[in-house]
Amino acid sequence: MDFSALDPLALIVSLIIAATPLVLAATGELVVEKSGVLNLGVEGMMIMGAVIGFIVSVEIGNPVLGFAGAALASAALALIFGFLTQVLLSNQVATGLALTLFGLGLAALLGQSYTGIRPPSTGDVFPEALSTVPVIGPLLFSYDWVVYFALIMVGAVWWFLNKTRGGLILRAVGEGHDAAHALGYRVVAIRMAAIAFGGALAGMGGAYLSLVRVPQWSEGMTAGIGWIALAIVVFASWKPGRVILGAWLFGGVTILQLNIQAANLNILGILALALAGVAVVMLLVQIRSLTRHKVIQIVMVFSFALLALVLALSWPDFRLDSAYLSMTPYLTTIIVLVALSGDKTRRALNAPASLGRVFHASA
Amino acid sequence: MLRLEPRRSPSQAMVWLTPILAVLATMIAGGGLFMALGKDPVDAIYTIFVDPLLDPYSLPEIFVKAAPLILIAIGLSYGFRAGIWNIGAEGQFIMGAIAGAAVGLAFYGTAGVWLLPLMALAGIVAGYLWAMIPALLRVKFGTNEILVSLMLVYVADQFLRAMVNGPLRNPQGFNFPESRLFHDSAQLPILFDGTRVHLGVAIAVIIALIAALILSRHIIGYNVRLMGSAPRAAMFSGVKPPRMVIFCLGLSGALAGLAGLFEAAGPMGQLTPTLPQGYGFTAIIVAFLGRLNPLGIIAAGFVMALTYIGGENAQLALGLPKAAISVFQGMLLFFLLGLDIFVRYRIAPKRREVA
Amino acid sequence: MSVLLDLSGLTKAYPGVIANDDVGFDIAAGEIHALLGENGAGKSTLVKMIYGLVRPDSGEMRLHGAYYAPGSPKDARAAGVSMVFQHFSLFDALSVRENIALGLDEATKPRELSQRIRDVSREYGLPLDPDRLIGDLSVGERQRVEIVRCLLQDPRLLIMDEPTSVLTPQEVEILFNTLRLLASRGVAILYISHKLDEIRVLCDRATILRGGKVVGTCIPRDETPRSMAEMMIGEALREPKAKLSVPGRTLLRLNGLSMTSDDPFGVSLRDIHLELHAGEVTGIAGVAGNGQDELLSVLSGEAKVAPGMLMLDDAPIGDKGPNARRALGLQAAPEERLGHAAAPEMTLTENTMLTGRVRQRLDNSGFLKWEATANFARAVISQFDVRTPGVATQAKALSGGNLQKFVIGREVLQKPRVLIVNQPTWGVDAAAAAAIRDALRALAEGGAAVLVISQDLDELMEMSDQFAVIAGGRLSAPRAAGTISIEEIGRLMGGDTSTAREGGTAHAAT
Repeated sequence: MDFSALDPLALIVSLIIAATPLVLAATGELVVEKSGVLNLGVEGMMIMGAVIGFIVSVEIGNPVLGFAGAALASAALALIFGFLTQVLLSNQVATGLALTLFGLGLAALLGQSYTGIRPPSTGDVFPEALSTVPVIGPLLFSYDWVVYFALIMVGAVWWFLNKTRGGLILRAVGEGHDAAHALGYRVVAIRMAAIAFGGALAGMGGAYLSLVRVPQWSEGMTAGIGWIALAIVVFASWKPGRVILGAWLFGGVTILQLNIQAANLNILGILALALAGVAVVMLLVQIRSLTRHKVIQIVMVFSFALLALVLALSWPDFRLDSAYLSMTPYLTTIIVLVALSGDKTRRALNAPASLGRVFHASA
Repeated sequence: MLRLEPRRSPSQAMVWLTPILAVLATMIAGGGLFMALGKDPVDAIYTIFVDPLLDPYSLPEIFVKAAPLILIAIGLSYGFRAGIWNIGAEGQFIMGAIAGAAVGLAFYGTAGVWLLPLMALAGIVAGYLWAMIPALLRVKFGTNEILVSLMLVYVADQFLRAMVNGPLRNPQGFNFPESRLFHDSAQLPILFDGTRVHLGVAIAVIIALIAALILSRHIIGYNVRLMGSAPRAAMFSGVKPPRMVIFCLGLSGALAGLAGLFEAAGPMGQLTPTLPQGYGFTAIIVAFLGRLNPLGIIAAGFVMALTYIGGENAQLALGLPKAAISVFQGMLLFFLLGLDIFVRYRIAPKRREVA
Repeated sequence: MSVLLDLSGLTKAYPGVIANDDVGFDIAAGEIHALLGENGAGKSTLVKMIYGLVRPDSGEMRLHGAYYAPGSPKDARAAGVSMVFQHFSLFDALSVRENIALGLDEATKPRELSQRIRDVSREYGLPLDPDRLIGDLSVGERQRVEIVRCLLQDPRLLIMDEPTSVLTPQEVEILFNTLRLLASRGVAILYISHKLDEIRVLCDRATILRGGKVVGTCIPRDETPRSMAEMMIGEALREPKAKLSVPGRTLLRLNGLSMTSDDPFGVSLRDIHLELHAGEVTGIAGVAGNGQDELLSVLSGEAKVAPGMLMLDDAPIGDKGPNARRALGLQAAPEERLGHAAAPEMTLTENTMLTGRVRQRLDNSGFLKWEATANFARAVISQFDVRTPGVATQAKALSGGNLQKFVIGREVLQKPRVLIVNQPTWGVDAAAAAAIRDALRALAEGGAAVLVISQDLDELMEMSDQFAVIAGGRLSAPRAAGTISIEEIGRLMGGDTSTAREGGTAHAAT
C-alpha cells in the first residue's frame, strides 16, 4: 500500500492548525461552564467570529484587527445570551440554540458579498530559518501567532482558575450560586464576564477558520465545530490542560480523514493501523495495572486490527464513498462522549454543580 | 429603577400574549434590519406577512411548509417539556426520508395503495431508530443527548450524500446525485387540485390534535409535564426517567422521520442532497413559539411557514437576501425567550431604599 | 455591659406579608442573646437585615452607637458582623481552605490561611483539616467550617441561625462551649432558635418574635419552656395524647436492607432490620444526612433493592415501583415538599394525581379523570384544613404548613396500610404540626403502620410506640418508646451502635 501521502510530520503540523479553533472555543466555553452557565451557542458565536474576522481583515487589510473584531463581535453576541439567561432568566439550553440559529443567519447575511475572496494572510511568527530546521522547525516554529496564543490562553485559564482568587470566586459561583450570593459575590456580573470571555475566544476560533485554516468565507463553514468544542469541554472533564488533548484528538481525526480522502487510500488499511495504534496505547497506559479483563480487551482490539489488515490485503481496491469518511469526526465525538460518560463519579466531582441552573436572587 | 418580582402564579394571559408580542417585536426589529439593508421596512414586512395570505399561489404553499414544521415540533415539544433535548430532529428527518424513499424505490413501478403506508412506516421506524442512538446512549451511559443527537445530523447528512451517490442514484440520471422521481403510487395524494397541499398536511394537524389530547388528558402527557416541572416528584410519582427519555426521543424521532418521508414523497418527489432545509432546527423555534403546546404549535407552524414563503417572495420581489429570513427567525426566538419572563415575573418599580 | 447593636423601628414588607413590623431591641457586648420565634415569625428577615442581605423599608440600626446600614454582607463583615447560616453557604467540590478563603474579604496566601485555620480551630476546640473537600465532611464538621470562617474575621457580633438542628446532642455541647468561650471574650452572639431547652441553658436574654413583631423579652433562666412556648405561639399548649401500646401484626418488614448510593456524597444503607406493626407509630431519629432520604426512597419505591429485602404482608416487594407499592397500600411522603412530594408549579388537583391515581382509581385505561381528582383534592383540603383559594392553586403558592397538611392529607385519605413520612412537621407552624401529628396517630390507631423519620426528638418522643436511630446508614435496634434515655439517643445519633446491640444495658443505667 502507498502511505507516502501521509507524511507524519506534515500531518502533525496540520492537525495542530486544525485543532486551534477547537482549543480556543473549548477553552472559552470551559470558563463559561465553570461559572455555572451552559452556553450551547458556541457554533453561532464561532460563525460570527468567522465572518466578522474575515470582513475586518479584508476591509482593513490587517488580520490581527480581524481577530480583535471577531472577538468583540462574538463577545457582543454572547452578551445577548447573557442578558437573556442571566437577567431575563430564560432557559439556557433554548437560548443557546437560539444563539446558534441567529448567529448562522446573521453571519450568512453579513458575509454575502465576501464569498470567493482570499483574506490577507496571517504570517508565521518565527523567521523561516528557524522553521526550516529539520523536524523541530516545522513542529515547533512553523505557526502563526494565533496557534501560540491559543496554547498560552489554555495556560492562562488554568492559572486563573486554580491559582487566583478571581478564579476561586468564579468556580464558587459555578459550584453553588445561592451560596456565592449569600457570601456577597455578584453572581450575575461574574457570569456575564465569563460569558463575554467565552464569546471572545469562540469568535477568535471562528476567525481562525476563515482567515487561516480554510482560508475563505463560506456560509455555514463552521460545520459543527462549535458543537465539537462543547463535546471537548466534557471530554476534558472541565480541566484546561485536557482541552488541548481533546482538540488534538479531533484535529487528528479530521486531518487524517481529509488526507485519506485526498490520497484515495484503502480505508481498511488505515483502520488496521488505527486499531493497532489503539491497542498499543491501551497496553502502554495500563501496563502497570494489567488485569485479565484488560488483556482480553487489548487482544481483541489487536485481532480486529489484524482482521482489517487481512481484509485490506484481500481487497486492495476497496474504496469508500468520501461521505463516509466525512462522518468520522462526528462519530469520533460520539464515541469519545460515550467512553467518558461511563465514569459518573469523576463527572460528578468536576462538573460545576449549578451548571445550567437558573439563578434569581430572591432576597 | 425597575426590578423583577415573582408572580404568585404564572400569568395565563401572558402565556398566550408573549408569542404575539414576540412576533410584533420581531416585526419592528426586522423592519430595522431591512432598513439597514436598504429596503423599505413597511413594504418588506407587508410582503412577508400579508402578501402570501392574499396570493392564491402562496397560500397553499404555507400549508405545505407548515406540515413538516408542525410534525417535528409536536415531537420535540414533549421532550422539551420533560427536559429531554433532542436537537437532532434534522438528522431523524433525513433518515426517515432515506428509508421511506428506499422502500418507494425498491418497489419502483409497482402500483398499490399499500406502498405509501409502507413507506411511511419505514420513515417512522428509521427516524425512531436514529433517535434511539442518543436515547440509549443517555440511558445506558448518561451521555449528553444534545451533543449526540446533533452530531448525528452531520452523519445523516453525509449518509444521504452517500446514498444518492450510490445505491439510490437514478440509473438513468447521468451520474447526477439524485434518485429517480417516485412513481405515482409512491407519491402523496394531493388534497386540492392545482396546489401542492398533500395528505401529509392533514395528517400533521390530526397528529397535533391527538398530541394535545394526550398531553392534557392522558397519563403519558401528565408524566411528561410532571417530569419537566419537578423531576424528583415525577420519580416519586412512579415515572421511570429512562423510559421517559426513550419515549420522548423515540416520539420526536418517529415524527421527524415521518415528516422526512412526507417531504420526499410530497413536494420533492425524489431524494436529493438538498432535501434537508433545516426544518429540524426551525421546528425548535416553532415548538417554543407554540409554547410547547400542540395547539399553539399548529398556529406557530403556520406563522413560521408564512415567514418562509413571505421571505421567498421578498427575495424575488425586493431582492431581500435569503439569510435575512434566518436572522428574522432567530430574532423571533430571542424575543420569545426574553419576553417569557413576564409569565413568571412582573416588573415592579424598585422599592425605595432607606436613606 | 455596653450596648453593641441597637435596633429600633425596623420594618420590612414583602408583597402580601409584613415580615418585620417595628422591631426593636438591643444586644450587649459579650451577651448571648436569643431570638425566639416560630417558623415564619420573621427571624430570618431580621437577621438578613443585620447581615446586609436585605435592606429595611424603615427603621434604624446602630452599632457601637454609630449609624449602621450595611449594603451588603461585605459591609457587615467589615463592621464586625458575621453570620453562620442554617443552610450553609458552602461548596461541596471545594476544599475547606478554599471555602474559608471565599468568606474572607482580603486575599490570603493558601499556606498562611491553612495555618490560621489550624490555629483558630485548635483554640476553640473545633478540629478541621483545611485540605479536605466539603462534600466529604459530616454536617457537624461543615458547621465548624462556617464558624471558623467567621472567627477568622474577629467578629464583634456573631449571628447563629438555628445552629443545632443538624447536630447530635454531643456536638451541641461542644458548640455551646465554643459560644460561651467567645462570649467571655466580649463577642456578642445573636442565637436564633425555636428550641426552648437550649435557649434556657445557653442564653442571657431572649427576644420573642411573633407575626413579625416583638411580643416580649425575657431572661430565659427565669422562664419555663412552657411559658416561653406560649409566648412564642400565643396560645396555651395542648397535652400529648395517651398512646396505644398493643402492637398488631407485622405489616412491613425490612430484612437486612442494604443499598449502595450512586451519589459520591450520598449515604449507603447497610443491613437495616425493622418491623412495622399494625396500629403502631415507629419513630426514626438521626442527624440530617445519615441515610434518611435514602431510606425513604427505598421504602417509597423510587430506589429498588433485592425483592426479599422488603416484605409487605410476607410478600417480597423490594423490586416494585412506587405505583405497585401504592396499589398494595404502602404510601410515602418525602421530606422535601416542593419538588419531591409535590410539583411546585402544578395545581393541587394535578398534585393529587401525583400519588392518588392508582389507589383512588383516578384514570380509565390511562385517560385521567380530572373531575374525580379535583373532588379528592377538595376532600383533602376540607378534612385537613388546608388554607388555599381552591384546587386550581399552584402548590408553591401555599405556605409550608398548608402544603405539608395537603401532602400528608393526600396520603392519609387514601387509607394506606403502611405510611412512611420523612420530617412531617419540618418548617411547619405549631398548629399545623399538631394537626399533622394527630392525623398520623389517628391513622395508626385505625390499624395502619406508620413510620415517622424525623430530626425533632421531642416530636418522636411524643408520637412513637417504638423508636430507633439512624446513623451512617445503619439503624439501631428498635426499642419500645419510653425505655431509652436522651443520653443514649445522643450516643446512637453520633454513630455509636454498641449500646444498641447490647439491648437493655443502657436502659438499666437510666
